[in-house]
Amino acid sequence: MLQRIRAFFMARGVLEVETPLLSRAGNTDPSITSLEVRDGGWLHTSPEFPMKRLLAAGSGDIYQICKVFRGGESGRFHNPEFTLLEWYRLGFDDCRLADEVVALISEVAARRFDVVSVSYRSLFLDALGIDPLRTGVDELQALARSRGIAPDGDMPRDDWLDLLLSHIVTPSFPTDRLTVVTDYPASQAALARLNADGETAARFEIYWGAVELANGYFELTDPVEQRRRVAAEQSARRQRGLPPIRADERFLQAIDHGLPDCAGVALGLDRLLMKVMGAEHIGEVIAFDAGRA
Amino acid sequence: MATYSTNEFRGGMKILLDGDPYSIIENEFVKPGKGQAFNRVKVRNLKNGRVLEKTFKSGETVEAADVIDTEMQYIYNDGDFWYFMDPNTYEQVGASKAAVEGAVKYLKEQDTCVVTLWNGEPLLVTPPNFVELLVTQCDPGVRGDTAQGATKPATVETGATVRVPLFIEEGDVLKIDTRTGEYISRANK
Repeated sequence: MLQRIRAFFMARGVLEVETPLLSRAGNTDPSITSLEVRDGGWLHTSPEFPMKRLLAAGSGDIYQICKVFRGGESGRFHNPEFTLLEWYRLGFDDCRLADEVVALISEVAARRFDVVSVSYRSLFLDALGIDPLRTGVDELQALARSRGIAPDGDMPRDDWLDLLLSHIVTPSFPTDRLTVVTDYPASQAALARLNADGETAARFEIYWGAVELANGYFELTDPVEQRRRVAAEQSARRQRGLPPIRADERFLQAIDHGLPDCAGVALGLDRLLMKVMGAEHIGEVIAFDAGRA
Repeated sequence: MATYSTNEFRGGMKILLDGDPYSIIENEFVKPGKGQAFNRVKVRNLKNGRVLEKTFKSGETVEAADVIDTEMQYIYNDGDFWYFMDPNTYEQVGASKAAVEGAVKYLKEQDTCVVTLWNGEPLLVTPPNFVELLVTQCDPGVRGDTAQGATKPATVETGATVRVPLFIEEGDVLKIDTRTGEYISRANK
């Protein structure tokens, strides 16, 4: 699999890079648990920040295959330590990059796929009959209850959308089809730039069947907006009683300096291998998974 | 009582939901890449046997249910309750008809059974995997009578009926698998 991936990028002139797994800064995203190292620093949850520093310094198109670490994530498709393929293409937007991800998956799997591209909004309208950009928390909660999937208690609006997406919508995707979900709600933009409508973001995800394989963005380059989002994440961490995490200043300064227009994507290689080989559990494609490491 | 967090959930774990004791059958971790994580759990109600599915937010905690399985000796019944004794403490508990329902046709005095206790009260009685029971009534088998697959019904000392080979006679002791209700062998002493 790795040979095919390297050949794919070699043919396209994309440079392979290696960035540190250990960083002085952690990830401020409140949904992700960064693993702290006792001597000081954090294991990275993705190579995004140092790779963007390289792009700002003029590296050109780059890719990386590396281990990443996310605390508390264990299950059939999750291992706290897993392998990510992440790459960035200058001058691409989210659509063009999504096409390239499909091409890479096709080459690794050595086959053709049925591919369907659908916006997050259309997906919810078709599958559940509700507009995810307009529907209020109460209605989302009532819908979840009526389907027997509502946990007890309250959740922020985006968490209700995540619940409906992961429990009802994505499990309904045909098992052998690639689904590209585009234009996520602005509230779930992460590091993607917003679309002109202001309500959606240039963020996409690619599923093989019901399995989430890749998450990509037409990258945010506006330094003011980037700092605002990091501050919002830190505030969300405080609100949820999560330990504070210092922002990656070197990354933010690189954005201040100027990130060239580009699109980037992260793809889970363990899951890709699972799908290609028909494995039922991520432990089948990892030498020693978390329970046996 | 102790609490468990979702990341400690394991099959077989006993938890309290809406006041009832449940056993975890399956636990699935669900998380869309950049969002809230959930645990989708399949559980069995230990009072009525019903299976249902429930979603928890990852990190939520539930109360552990004070459910333990303990070995006890069957002593006697008075028609309303079936009494079991802990061989170490000599304490007795009375199990209701509902709790012994699956086991009653195999209960023989002095036999050791597994009693599932919730807050000290018997929820369920599980007989030993194999029991030896005396045949109290059966017709003599007629050689050549293979119409019913070379077996005939026999009544045992608990009142239950078991299908047995034709050579079995009244007074024989049968070894029976309580999980399937099937005759295994003769166990005459």
